[in-house]
Amino acid sequence: MAGGFSGTFDMCGIVGLFLKDKSLEPQLGEMLTAMLITMTDRGPDSAGIAIYGAESKGKTKLTVQSDDPQAAFAGLEQALGQALGVQVGMEVVSTHAVLTLPAGMTQAARAALAEINAGIRVMSRGDTLEIYKEVGLPKDVAERFAIEQMSGSHGIGHTRMATESAVTTMGAHPFNTGDDQCLVHNGSLSNHNSLRRKLRREGIHIETENDTEVGAAYLTWRMQNGATLGEALQSSLDDLDGFFTFVVGTKDGFGVVRDPIACKPAVMAETDQYVAFGSEYRALVDLPGIESARVWEPEPATVYFWSHNAAPTTTEKAA
Amino acid sequence: MQTIDLSDVGLRETNKTLHAQSADTNQTAWEIINPRGAHAIACGLDAPIEVTVKGSTGYYCAGMNQQATVNIHGSAGPGTGENIMSGKIVIEGDASQYLGATGHGGLIVVKGNASSRCGISMKGVNIVVQGNIGHMSAFMGQSGNLVVCGDAGDALGDSCYEARFFVRGAVKSLGADCEKKEMREEHLTLLQGLLDEAGIDADPRDFTRYGSARRLYNFDVDNAGAY
Repeated sequence: MAGGFSGTFDMCGIVGLFLKDKSLEPQLGEMLTAMLITMTDRGPDSAGIAIYGAESKGKTKLTVQSDDPQAAFAGLEQALGQALGVQVGMEVVSTHAVLTLPAGMTQAARAALAEINAGIRVMSRGDTLEIYKEVGLPKDVAERFAIEQMSGSHGIGHTRMATESAVTTMGAHPFNTGDDQCLVHNGSLSNHNSLRRKLRREGIHIETENDTEVGAAYLTWRMQNGATLGEALQSSLDDLDGFFTFVVGTKDGFGVVRDPIACKPAVMAETDQYVAFGSEYRALVDLPGIESARVWEPEPATVYFWSHNAAPTTTEKAA
Repeated sequence: MQTIDLSDVGLRETNKTLHAQSADTNQTAWEIINPRGAHAIACGLDAPIEVTVKGSTGYYCAGMNQQATVNIHGSAGPGTGENIMSGKIVIEGDASQYLGATGHGGLIVVKGNASSRCGISMKGVNIVVQGNIGHMSAFMGQSGNLVVCGDAGDALGDSCYEARFFVRGAVKSLGADCEKKEMREEHLTLLQGLLDEAGIDADPRDFTRYGSARRLYNFDVDNAGAY
């Protein structure tokens, strides 16, 4: 959750960048960091970034966090490797560590981690996705994880001004509930409690009391039942109550949807090189070729989706 | 022409400089460069000066304007011209949500499209949009005129009082108590004047007028369902 009540008071900042031009991939982290820092005054409490980086064949990644990383991460790869009977790689990045496992092992790894150290929290899982998030100013969070140095095909960032649940690492965005899926949110959902109960009954893992995580879990649940991301976003317009601008990422795609009232701000820009999202135009001003980009405000109740594997789609919800 | 580089001078100094202009200033032409989507540019002006912003602006540009003309050579963020009292704002690109909200007077011209809640609670401002406008526009509009050369989104003029709406294209839906009205000679004259002032070449006879059906002015239990 995040955000207040009306167009005047709404807060939280979202940025997103989906690259079409592969030559920009080494600069993804740098571009996203600059965009994220511009949105500091929309959300100085905490910040997070989801980055879709390189894939290594037959491997998958689990990004984890600990408040006491020195103790928690010492020898973690051996302990986890032993528990699972496989080779585990680990790269520690400040309070986070990226664990590399053989494909298909994330569920087992999650269970094993809970046994090894209950203080370790899972930020994300997926073949290419890594999520880094912490409490603090966006510039400090970005610096702590050296986001600027990261490369990737697409990424989403969030700056949070909390209004509905605590300012904690787990309350920060982006949220990940399915493999390579993430979501950030500006707004507030009003039916998240009942929906959380329903999704938990369906066996969906939900960690926090945060409304946005329920939004992410909802999309995951729909996709587990055969919906495409586009279809899941479409049905979110019927099933979620409240104010929202969502930006979502999948392994090869990037989507945007706003609720029918659309009081949470959103600006998009598209060129031959990229598709970019910002809560405000300010976040986009330093992107290459922005002067000649197509810049527009996404329509309410309309799903926008770009994929590296398919043509872009826009679907307006039937009234 | 006085030029201010906003990225160099900063917002507060820029607005202070513009606010310092008196009614008889001889520095009447101002240009602001490098706006970079900043908020509250040229807010609260009260002098007969012309300010041109070379680029896109953020929230509340030219809010509370009196007397001044503010040209935006780009697109404008949410709440542009909020509570405008007089003067003129011309936006070359698109305008974001709640353009000219609660505006009491003056004229706002948008060469592109305006987003949702355009002219919400308008109280005398005239707004002319060359493109389309979004949903819930002119909600509770009390007076003034909203002219749309393109289409209007859902719930145009919901719960409006005496504001007038002229739309050339399609209206997706009308809000509660807003209805289509007859276009009389006086309205054609009024509309021609507004189009001329906005510098837009269009034939007033192509427009349809909408306004209040005046059924929600006083509470009537039979209307309870409409509230």
